Amino acid sequence: MKNQPKVLIYGYGNPGRQDDGLGIIFTEHIEEWIKNNKINNVSVDSNYQLNIEDADTISKFDIVIFVDATQENIEEFTISKVNPSPETEFTMHSVAPSLVLYLCNDIYKKIPDTYLLHIKGYEWNFMTKITDKALNNFQKAFEFITTKFLNEEYEF
Amino acid sequence: MAQKITIEPVTRVEGHGKVTIHIDDKGNVVQTRLHIVEFRGFERFVQGRPYWEAPVLVQRLCGICPVSHHLAAAKAMDVIVGAGTGDGLTPTAEKMRRLMHYGQIFQSHSLHFFHLVSPDLLFGIDADPAIRNVIGVAIKHKDLAVQGVMMRKYGQEIILATSGKKIHGTGAIPGGINKHLTTEERDKLLKGPDPLNADKMIEWAKAAVDFFKNYHKKNKDFIDNFAKFPSNFLSLVRKDGALDLYHGVLRAVNNEGKKILNDVDYQDYLNYIDEEVRTWSYMKFPYLLELGKENGWYTVGPLARLNTCDFIPTPLAQKEFEEYKAYTKGKPNNMSMHMHWARLIETLHAAEMIKQLLEDPDIVNGELITKGKKQYEGVGLLEAPRGTLFHHYKINENDQITMANLIVSTTNNNQPMNEAVKQVAHKYMNGKKEITEPMMNAVEVAIRAYDPCLSCATHALGKMPLQFDLFDQYNNLILQKFK
Repeated sequence: MKNQPKVLIYGYGNPGRQDDGLGIIFTEHIEEWIKNNKINNVSVDSNYQLNIEDADTISKFDIVIFVDATQENIEEFTISKVNPSPETEFTMHSVAPSLVLYLCNDIYKKIPDTYLLHIKGYEWNFMTKITDKALNNFQKAFEFITTKFLNEEYEF
Repeated sequence: MAQKITIEPVTRVEGHGKVTIHIDDKGNVVQTRLHIVEFRGFERFVQGRPYWEAPVLVQRLCGICPVSHHLAAAKAMDVIVGAGTGDGLTPTAEKMRRLMHYGQIFQSHSLHFFHLVSPDLLFGIDADPAIRNVIGVAIKHKDLAVQGVMMRKYGQEIILATSGKKIHGTGAIPGGINKHLTTEERDKLLKGPDPLNADKMIEWAKAAVDFFKNYHKKNKDFIDNFAKFPSNFLSLVRKDGALDLYHGVLRAVNNEGKKILNDVDYQDYLNYIDEEVRTWSYMKFPYLLELGKENGWYTVGPLARLNTCDFIPTPLAQKEFEEYKAYTKGKPNNMSMHMHWARLIETLHAAEMIKQLLEDPDIVNGELITKGKKQYEGVGLLEAPRGTLFHHYKINENDQITMANLIVSTTNNNQPMNEAVKQVAHKYMNGKKEITEPMMNAVEVAIRAYDPCLSCATHALGKMPLQFDLFDQYNNLILQKFK
């Protein structure tokens, strides 16, 4: 058996704003999947948004996958490598994954392999129901990630 | 030639804001305004929902201070289920809620100081924006950056332990709380390995107060005179006059310290406070009815709380409070940058309260719920990190919410923030031929002192770049900058 890396799936967003909750439901489903499949090397975390203390959280893992909804013009989902960047955001609502990674390196001298899984969302009103189209995108992203993990592939 | 300068949005505060500054042909500032888009959709959104859902639903307002909304709504629902206000709860319920609340205050104040304010203090407001940020702090003052990260994390751990979940926590329910802490949770938070334990948090909070005081000694002119203006002040205080961020009576004082509201029941807040609509702003302007629209505006938040209370009921914070009050010879403090000093004293108080509560056996044992005769209207108030937060609901015979009125802290501070912008714009921009980056940042520093949560006031979504527009008297755009 290969020496498995420690993986963190970290979903963020506000589940009270419709498709903004995609990152959170992704995390919830992964948590269930971990239990059902007795996966030992994958952990989950979630919050409304990323913030500076997440530098400490991710410092304990080898691989980190942030999961967020996006309004960007993509098909269903994208996964991309995150590189550390000192660029700060204008607001505290949205500390970027790249800034969390930069802080992690700066404070803890660790740079986990970090990815951002973006799932396409469509509606952002004060509702908990995620749109059908967004759910479809979530399902595709979920299958992609879990298939990779079952094959013990951790590079994207 | 008159010019209009627009700074949009304000950086490093939550959400979006826009500052417009009008300058005449001699370069003198003639008008300043802080614009925030206040969206009242949420009050309508909760109508028709069962009242017991409110404490969970309202957390959708904002990801920054969901706990404050959760607890304010729960307090209003306590009234509706006949549990009364604050002290009507069981000792366990009240202490668990207080622990949750002080955890929120601790993490929010820590984030504000270490992430948002310390870059301005460490590098100066005219420093290169490329280094005047949290990364600059991490590089040059790593110990401070680590403390900021771990103090945030500790506060989040308390919220998780008391509310059950990081997102849409369910801890507070109408009439009480739905869980105790386990002894394992209690011991971990109280005596966990360094640095995540109560004593270390008190030590670091005390060090942060000392850091500010040392900075103040070396920068008195800036700290004492930047955005200084007279105001009325409003907050909750405990019935005996102590600082109390979770429950109490409403007290307001004027700039001389004279009481305007003398410890009144917040269930009757509409007898004392109204909100004015102004044509140029989407956000309302609350004021004290007794003084009227022109003179009745007031400041809320840390500065206001330390101006209204008589003492702080924890020893280390009380000692700092005495020094703080001595600086103004006991009079209300009207220096905007002293908001940071007050905020750090509150951070120390929160750390001490957290330790006290964790050592209390009621946290791990005791009755959770109180109920009584159902009511059809309830008001919940507390002191959120940024100031007094009002939640007011009415329900019908079917237990559905029929009316909701929320006055968030940032709305309460609408006029003071406008005053701060005016003061700073006049001081830094009057008569200048060119509007520079440090001038714009000075305006932002003044607003940041109030730690406004604009997304809470606006319930907004999305991001915008920082935009700086300069218009001539004919409204032609003659200069545009993005930050």
